[in-house]
Amino acid sequence: MNILEMKNLTKCFGGLTAVGNVDFGVPKGIISGLIGPNGAGKTTIFNLITGVYKVTDGKILFKDNDITNKEPYLISGQGITRTFQNIRLFKKLTVYENVLIACHSNGNYNLLESVLRLPRCRKQEKQLKQKADDLLEIMGLKDRKDLIANNLPYGLQRRLEIARALALNPELLLLDEPAAGMNPDETAQLMTLISDIRPKFDLSVLIIDHHMDLVMGICEKIMVLNFGCKLAEGTPQDIQNNPKVIEAYLGVEG
Amino acid sequence: MDLYYIQGILMLAGINLMSVLGLSLLTGFTGMFSFGHAGFMAIGGYTSAMMTVNYGWPFIPALLMGALTAALMSALIGKLTLNLKGDYFCIATLGFGEAIRLVLDNVQYFGGARGWPGIPNYTNFTNVLIINIIAIIILANIIRSRQGRNMIAVREEELASQIVGINVFKYKLISLMISAAYAGIAGGLMAHYMTFLQPKMFSLVKSTELTIIVIFGGLGSISGSVLGALVLTSLPEILRSFSNWRLVIYGLSVIVIMISRPEGLMGGYELTPSSMKKLFTRMRSKKGNLPKSMEGGDTL
Repeated sequence: MNILEMKNLTKCFGGLTAVGNVDFGVPKGIISGLIGPNGAGKTTIFNLITGVYKVTDGKILFKDNDITNKEPYLISGQGITRTFQNIRLFKKLTVYENVLIACHSNGNYNLLESVLRLPRCRKQEKQLKQKADDLLEIMGLKDRKDLIANNLPYGLQRRLEIARALALNPELLLLDEPAAGMNPDETAQLMTLISDIRPKFDLSVLIIDHHMDLVMGICEKIMVLNFGCKLAEGTPQDIQNNPKVIEAYLGVEG
Repeated sequence: MDLYYIQGILMLAGINLMSVLGLSLLTGFTGMFSFGHAGFMAIGGYTSAMMTVNYGWPFIPALLMGALTAALMSALIGKLTLNLKGDYFCIATLGFGEAIRLVLDNVQYFGGARGWPGIPNYTNFTNVLIINIIAIIILANIIRSRQGRNMIAVREEELASQIVGINVFKYKLISLMISAAYAGIAGGLMAHYMTFLQPKMFSLVKSTELTIIVIFGGLGSISGSVLGALVLTSLPEILRSFSNWRLVIYGLSVIVIMISRPEGLMGGYELTPSSMKKLFTRMRSKKGNLPKSMEGGDTL
């Protein structure tokens, strides 16, 4: 069963078709990959799914609900969340605050209750803080919780961004080049982390990345994109042996 | 200097502080600059004066009515302009503030440009103090709730806030409305302190003064705003003996502070019982190997 379904998805910027007629389903409960050469439209697809860009044509269905062109905050409220290629943390806030902010949707006390600090507000605040603490513990960031996010080492910033995404209790997690700029060691750690959190939080995951060892290592289904169009789709073995994919990445054999 | 004079200055500082607190929420915590807050003060001032003078309302309900009117007006302005990014929103508020002043200049019901004398003198030291304390508590409670954190998130990174499910527009609007309500109360306090209202009192200079106080005190710090309002309102009075030079010194001192401490007096730090305790223990041990980011407290 597919948790997310893109139907005939198209995005044009003026005369340029960044994504053209893409049909793709993200299966529930596994890790899928989205790969393709630079400028193929991978991040554009993420931006379309999360509502950052408006769709030109086509449909996006999440759990059979149409989420096409909804506001980003509504889409994340439905259970889709993402990380960014160029990390977007709340840079000047602490690690703890970053996660605590993202926990906000776990509470529903209103403004009046916060102004008067009513019991429901206090109780839920306690729960939110507990949740933030738990997440930092799981992600191994607990000992750095009072550091300013921007002062974290690069690999941990990525980790924090994933922790922040998890605070929303997502069902679908989109990771945009999570291993960008990481050395092989850090990449290996990241692979374990992603494979660990997927069952723990009952997630479906879609990853964009250029590290083929990462994508081929943990993804069960892969889609290849080239010049905004779908080139191939299948298991890692299928993709690796697909002549069209090899051509797009390496050029035609001489 | 007699007590009466000092009390007068403190009341002026308190009135300023009231609208500075509101602006602090908008600028310091939500990251939007406004140069139209004098406009909201004017709305609050004229509305509450109308209530006490023409309808004989008691003081506090009249103040609240002024706050409500200012908040509703801000909601209207916000709906139209909050989608504008950064500088554009700032210009829109500037236009709004001036528009309010010019409208009031021409409404004869309120005395037009000549002003409106004979407003009862209800504002006194006690009620300014109490209202300010309540305002600070409310603001502090908002800041440490999830709504306040969402506003801070909007200030830090709008796109990321959207992605973590924060309705950016909504929180900007809430912040603007609360901020306008504070300014409205400040306007009401001012009307019943001066016992006279004139559109000229709410010019761009007033809005700028408020923004200067917020930045001077430090963005993202309530105690900074309190300190800023106290210092910058009383400074021209303290310097009165320098007569013509006092405004130059005022300007210079603002420039000096901004150069030496660009993040403002308090820059993101709060003066709370727990932070004071931390500071004292550090001063006692004198070794204080705290990370660089904590150095803000040293200037206290």
